[in-house]
Amino acid sequence: MKIKEVKELLDAELLCGDEAELEKDVYSACGSDMMSDVLAYVKDQSVLLTGLVNPQVIRTAEMMDMICLVFVRSKKPTPEMVSLAHEHGLVVLATEKRMYEACGILYSNGLTSKGVKKR
Amino acid sequence: MSEALTFHFDVNGEDFTSAGQASVRFKKNMRELGVDPEIIRRASIAMYEGEINMVIHAHGGVADVEVDEDAIKIVLKDRGPGIPDIAKAMQEGYSTAPDNIRSLGFGAGMGLPNMKRYTDEMQIESTVGVGTTVTMKINLN
Repeated sequence: MKIKEVKELLDAELLCGDEAELEKDVYSACGSDMMSDVLAYVKDQSVLLTGLVNPQVIRTAEMMDMICLVFVRSKKPTPEMVSLAHEHGLVVLATEKRMYEACGILYSNGLTSKGVKKR
Repeated sequence: MSEALTFHFDVNGEDFTSAGQASVRFKKNMRELGVDPEIIRRASIAMYEGEINMVIHAHGGVADVEVDEDAIKIVLKDRGPGIPDIAKAMQEGYSTAPDNIRSLGFGAGMGLPNMKRYTDEMQIESTVGVGTTVTMKINLN
């Protein structure tokens, strides 16, 4: 799935990233508000959905080599966080959808936790 | 590289929002050296967890990194309260982090076990009231 499709499926606002970055492919995703768990349990996931807003979310994504961050429940990152994300080349999206719904939409459209599901 | 390259990072413990900055710089340094991306990721996560720990528990500290042709060695040193029971601290889910840290998304008691998991060797030396030194090694080959 392309990041562009993640954005469309979640009816999300683009807060950081350009057209070229939206064309990047993502193969798996995870959702958590607990960065400790993201660091401990996540492997090779390129999208992180979270409702947590602080600079460590950006740094955690950067440490994990993720390429797309989605803030759920209408959470908005601060301008400092957006500029940090820009520095690391991360695409940042924000959606009004809640975590469960956002994850469900992406999962049922083929973006699972272990790579793209065959449809 | 024939001689070991060294990097020094100060970890500021005053402000949680800056926690992780040293690890971001470390990761950039390793990329510039052309280290394998999977090894960089493992080393960066271990360093990041260690850095967060130093900020949460010890008001910061210092990180010294040495890279030679065989391994990345990371030494994290703080003058914090020390760890009274290292075996207990190594248990997954055991945490002494305060509630305000949990609300920031950390303090699940996964830091030290995670650091061990992502590295090839890890030693913890700690004296209560004096401080803690964590030494981690990640093999390059």
